[in-house]
Amino acid sequence: MYSRAYKTLVSLPPLLWVGLFLLLPYALMFAHSFWVVHDGVLVHQWNLHNYLTLFSKPVYVEVLLRTMRIAASVTLCSLLLGYPLAYYLSFHAGSRKELLYQLVIVPLWVSYLVRGYAWKTILGSEGILNGFLQYLHLTHGPVAFLLYSPFAVVLMLTHIYTPFVFLPIYAALEHIPRPLVEASHDLGAGSVQTFLRVILPLSIPGLLAGATFAFVLSLGDFLAPLLVGGASGTMIANVVQSLFGAAFDWPLGAAISVCILIITISLLFLSERLEKRWSFK
Amino acid sequence: MSGHAPTRRAPLLTIYSALVFIFIYLPVVVLILYSFNRDGVGGFPPRHLTLDWYRQLVADAPIWDAVVNSLIVASCSVALSLTLGLLAALALDRANFPGKALFRRLVLLPLILPGIITGLSLLMFVVFAGAQLSLLTVFLGHGTALISVATTELFAGLQKMDRAQEEASLDLGATPWQTFWRVTLPNLKLSLIAAGLLIFTLSMDEIAVTFFLIGRDNTLPLEIWGRLRRGITPEINAVSTLIFAVSVTLIVIWYRVRTRGLGADAQELLEKP
Repeated sequence: MYSRAYKTLVSLPPLLWVGLFLLLPYALMFAHSFWVVHDGVLVHQWNLHNYLTLFSKPVYVEVLLRTMRIAASVTLCSLLLGYPLAYYLSFHAGSRKELLYQLVIVPLWVSYLVRGYAWKTILGSEGILNGFLQYLHLTHGPVAFLLYSPFAVVLMLTHIYTPFVFLPIYAALEHIPRPLVEASHDLGAGSVQTFLRVILPLSIPGLLAGATFAFVLSLGDFLAPLLVGGASGTMIANVVQSLFGAAFDWPLGAAISVCILIITISLLFLSERLEKRWSFK
Repeated sequence: MSGHAPTRRAPLLTIYSALVFIFIYLPVVVLILYSFNRDGVGGFPPRHLTLDWYRQLVADAPIWDAVVNSLIVASCSVALSLTLGLLAALALDRANFPGKALFRRLVLLPLILPGIITGLSLLMFVVFAGAQLSLLTVFLGHGTALISVATTELFAGLQKMDRAQEEASLDLGATPWQTFWRVTLPNLKLSLIAAGLLIFTLSMDEIAVTFFLIGRDNTLPLEIWGRLRRGITPEINAVSTLIFAVSVTLIVIWYRVRTRGLGADAQELLEKP
């Protein structure tokens, strides 16, 4: 029904644009990871030097492992907060469901920076939480370990990704045919048994999608560590950022970025496969 | 909840959910509260309510310059990503070309990849091309990255569209050009508004990609970022409160438009690219 000219006209501009401003930049990143810097000058000499450095120096592996731990904690905490909330909304909220759903969505689009900043003012040694604790006479001096720690990073990222985790889980719970749940009750299963044997298995695809989202997005975050993490909360993306800044070693930074990219894409791929296996159609 | 199954009581779950809501909203409430606090961002309880920080904000020229920069970047990004996103959605919906599957995934990449990777790749491209970092490069970054959002929204809109209307228009003698302007585009009106608002909000708030593409002129988030490193004052609370108010307004409009026009399927497409 559409002419060849029409098809060319709609396909060509986005293809060219995306090729030039998306594919080429990503390819450049890839290429840089095989080049090296000699005496402050970039040398276009193909080799595996950066990748060897990456896996031979314990500092990089260490930061990468810490990043994975932080991302895993964020994922776990977001699931522990997001899943029960989604379950409550889907099965127990009654007529307030729609309103509550919108209330979870709103913070999703509220400035990342604004929310990070708010945590900074809450957790600081002269911050609101310390003021509150002293006001209640629970502590006398300021508690300093709250801000500038991996804990603060996990807290801030959990706060940001809980709504992201909530959404796919809620969608999955909403898609569970209610007669299945009723049948389970009618056949004598209690609430806990119904949850474990009917609802939870059917919500696994949503749970996987949410968990992947939280993990992948935390993995590449460099702003939360800068804002509330301090030295002990440094993550892999901060290493990349400093290699591109003060350290001026773009190729090594690019190599780490390529690793982040590979981890991200494999996780997304894996989760997609698992979701398919668990969906009940 | 379906009508015939009464809501079961679950007091513990209700309390837990209330606590999660408090956790989600606590920082925002604290932020707004302390924007009116005379004695700064720390301490408890907040005392001596004042509007001084807002007065200071009104007189703060660099902040307003940054606001103008952000508005320019966001508006241009909306125009660029809507145009290219519309074409991409039409191409994915109607044309077959080599590399279509790759193209579909590539367009969506900036949505799933960490911002730092997209930001740095574009930085290398800018340096490679021998260009200077400026608001133009920020616009290039936002406009390109957000094509993903436009494409997803508009593709969902196209999938829901009744193809027969276009066929009728062509059969009755309208040219493809006329059909596009008089049938296709009006049908996509709601998706276009929804996508535009979303892109605008995301661009106004973008920081991870902007971080690497910024020149001498700051966008609002980058200006705030710079100040955070120098120390914090309730003036930042005040500007954050205003950003919050504007985003919420846009979100409410966006949500209204979307629920009226698109429904849940489009939402899913966006969430699970």
